[in-house]
Amino acid sequence: MNVVLAKTDTARANSEILAVARDRLPGTGKIADLRRQALEAHERLGLPHRRVEDWKYTDLRVLMREVLPLAAAPDAAALQRAAAALKLHAIAGVRRVVLVDGVFAPDLSETSDLGKDVGIRTLREALETGDAALQAQLFAPDNADSMVALNSALMTDGLVIEIADNAVVPLPLHIVHIASGAPAAMFTRSLIRVGKHASVTLVESYIGAEGAKTYQVHDSLVVAIGDGARLDHVRLIEDSREAFNISSAVVTLGANAHFNTFGMNTGSLVSRYQAVIAVAGEGSRVETNGVNLLNGRQHADTTLFLDHAVPNCSSREIFRAVIDDRGHSVFQGRIIVRPGAQKTDAKMMTRALLLSDEAEADNKPELEIFADDVTCGHGATTGALDDSLLFYLRARGLSEKEAQALLIQAFVGEAIEQIAHDGLRDLAIAAAQRWLAARG
Amino acid sequence: MSLLEVKNLQVRVEEREILHGLSLTVNPGEVHAIMGPNGSGKSTLSHVIAGKPGYEVTGGEILFKGENLLEMSPDQRSSKGVFLAFQYPVEIPGVATMTFLRTALNAQRKARGESEFSTPDFLKKVRSVAASLNIPQEMLRRGVNVGFSGGEKKRNEILQMALFEPSLCILDEMDSGLDIDALRVAADGVNALRSPDRAMVVITHYQRLLNYIVPDFVHVMSKGKVVKSGGKELALELEASGYAQFEAAA
Ligand SMILES: Nc1ncnc2c1ncn2[C@@H]1O[C@H](COP(=O)(O)OP(=O)(O)OP(=O)(O)O)[C@@H](O)[C@H]1O
Ligand SMILES: [Mg+2]
Repeated sequence: MNVVLAKTDTARANSEILAVARDRLPGTGKIADLRRQALEAHERLGLPHRRVEDWKYTDLRVLMREVLPLAAAPDAAALQRAAAALKLHAIAGVRRVVLVDGVFAPDLSETSDLGKDVGIRTLREALETGDAALQAQLFAPDNADSMVALNSALMTDGLVIEIADNAVVPLPLHIVHIASGAPAAMFTRSLIRVGKHASVTLVESYIGAEGAKTYQVHDSLVVAIGDGARLDHVRLIEDSREAFNISSAVVTLGANAHFNTFGMNTGSLVSRYQAVIAVAGEGSRVETNGVNLLNGRQHADTTLFLDHAVPNCSSREIFRAVIDDRGHSVFQGRIIVRPGAQKTDAKMMTRALLLSDEAEADNKPELEIFADDVTCGHGATTGALDDSLLFYLRARGLSEKEAQALLIQAFVGEAIEQIAHDGLRDLAIAAAQRWLAARG
Repeated sequence: MSLLEVKNLQVRVEEREILHGLSLTVNPGEVHAIMGPNGSGKSTLSHVIAGKPGYEVTGGEILFKGENLLEMSPDQRSSKGVFLAFQYPVEIPGVATMTFLRTALNAQRKARGESEFSTPDFLKKVRSVAASLNIPQEMLRRGVNVGFSGGEKKRNEILQMALFEPSLCILDEMDSGLDIDALRVAADGVNALRSPDRAMVVITHYQRLLNYIVPDFVHVMSKGKVVKSGGKELALELEASGYAQFEAAA
């Protein structure tokens, strides 16, 4: 069951992967062809490295070195470890859908009685029996990115969620990715289609079971938000501190649609989240916000591409990074306003707080504007905590750590506040507090 | 025992000596006024007492209740009863005033080995002090000093002083930026805190404040030293004749 991507002998690796993983990869015929093309694209490009512009701060040839073998389908013991991890990371008031080692785990999921407005099936089912349009949508992510291509080639399972028109889904849907412990890679892809005028909240979290260490998560998400619909989206990266999490998202908004997304990264050794958000319908709104809380030698890269193709849309990006020890946070935010996308209102603000001399932050904002009647702006700052504020708090009795914690909470609060769902906002605040408390 | 003893204090900032052998003794129950021209080192003295980083003490000592204050962290000084009402209180966006007050009060109590205030007790206390200082509840929900007027910031300092009940209060130009009515309210707040075991050091440029907060002693600072000390009448004298005579003496 070992899938080894040899870095030198690509031809051999190519055939070997498909031979070895064939019975694990759903879909035949056209799907198998698409997988083969994707794998070829990946092998042509190899692992991204610093001379690939989009990846210049996250050189996977150095940081990750190799793609681990495909994880085995979880056995009873793996499911048990996953169940234990799930207990520790459970979120109240959500409908849980669980993937263990990249495979849907029905017994840990709450997919019965979701009501007629919410359809959920696995990626496996969709690739084996779904219609051509859905399958095409599942292959929409662009293989020009080597890691997307790898994911397209090897996606094993995931969830396909369809929300009916006009549905208001009361409880957030929560996709939990659990690594049960093997030093292996999981390849997942999920899709959510939000019907016209529907609204739903999707949470994705990534966790490792006790003892899980150097596993790799290779995930992607395809999102289609219909006209007048709203998707609230929260990602929580709480992977093991030796894990890798390489995730991509492709989001398309219809007209008068609303996408509010927030990502919080406290886990994993190396993570990359790359999202392409296409604002394709007039009158739409995007809020994409995030917080990185890093220490040790953690490296977290958020790369966002906002594509304003039509008039009268707005986007806001608020990103905060707090970096201790030798942590490294990367934020790349590219906004393109295409010709004709008049009255676009796009703003991006990213701030990094360095708590140690060796902490590192890279901000790369890029605005490309091809329309003349727009309001666009970006700002980026990197710095330490303000000494005069720290002294004021200490003069009022707070210890150095307490004063720092209060200021850091305020700093990340600006991004966390943007989460619309009360319970999830509180959850993010609590996660930040736990991170601060762990600093001692 | 004296509450505060500053003995022959010499302080440098960025290689430049600002205080050149300053001495001051404050006993419990006393109110001292410090007056002096701009740049004479009044705020520097208050910062060094509160423990602000960036000042190098090159000589002398400061004892607080007999202990070496200079060895303590700013938060230790605070929980032992030193309070500085800042000349320029900072704004702290994103930290609600209420949260800040409770965190600070409980941090001080914890450092002293006292139990934390319960939420209802805390709220009751803050509300009553805020009301006496004409501070609306709405202000307490805002970020610390964010969007506060100059006068409101000063009143927020007095509010903290009343809440924390320190034994030494240093008020650095609490009258600057206050209109006449606000000045009276703030001064009443300070006077309400006068007690036999608490001392105040009031830094001001104006005799007017001392009509409201009547000092036991007045000190004139010039060029980093106390050049003259006397009773409250010294303030009147200064108002009439200015600092020129003392600058010559310094
Ligand atoms: N951080 C600093 N760096 C350089 N010089 C400083 C610094 N802080 C204070 N000084 C200098 O020390 C001197 C005393 O300043 P200080 O603020 O103590 O005066 P002050 O008596 O409070 O004046 P004012 O009445 O204007 O408030 C001034 O000449 C000032 O420029
Ligand atoms: Mg001053």
